[in-house]
Amino acid sequence: MAMTYLIRSPISLDALLAEVSAPACGGTCVFLGTVRDGPEEQGVTVIEYSAYEEMVEGELGRIVAEVRERWSGARVAVRHRLGRIPVGEASIAIVTAAPHRAQAFEACRYVIEEVKRRVPVWKKELRADGSEVWVDPSGRPTTRPAHV
Amino acid sequence: MVRPSPSGTIRVRFFARYAELVGRAEAAVAVPLPATVGDVVRRVRDEFPGGQALPERPLAAVNLQHVKLDASVQDGDEVALLPPIAGG
Repeated sequence: MAMTYLIRSPISLDALLAEVSAPACGGTCVFLGTVRDGPEEQGVTVIEYSAYEEMVEGELGRIVAEVRERWSGARVAVRHRLGRIPVGEASIAIVTAAPHRAQAFEACRYVIEEVKRRVPVWKKELRADGSEVWVDPSGRPTTRPAHV
Repeated sequence: MVRPSPSGTIRVRFFARYAELVGRAEAAVAVPLPATVGDVVRRVRDEFPGGQALPERPLAAVNLQHVKLDASVQDGDEVALLPPIAGG
């Protein structure tokens, strides 16, 4: 089966930890991005994630290759979840392992920042009042309601 | 002898909000070659219902790679118009 970074069910952290586990790695760093309903979100109940799936696979593959090149001995496991994800559940999990902790932290940070910048995934907030809003991190929400 | 300008067929894909704005996920667009991604965007904005709602300078990819709008396109290429990325 071809490797895929995309998943449509809850992410198993144990599986990702097992992927990066290696005797030579003394530091493992985990980042989880979770669906939030904070003061800025106005009653989000679910976020619906969609993607340009073929490009996500390519772009994440390139990011993983960049990590291996920049941090010698680093290992990476990444999953991005798609579909409807309720508040509190993870939309992305990144696990990096490296010989030492500094490399593991740096590599993990690199992956999430590059994902935010390059990986074609979109999210639509579904709110308790029934409205739907496409999220535009470069500014404010772009559509309200979403059925234009 | 003057040859007719060749034309190329580009598969254009729309995602997320852009797909809602134009009411479709993909389309085949014919453009005279040589052409750029920007030419494809102009054609989509001019000819598709809802096309004017798309930005003049969207993020774009050709064959699964991010490109600038002055990147050239060839017959058979897949051009994707990408709303602001919001993953993670």
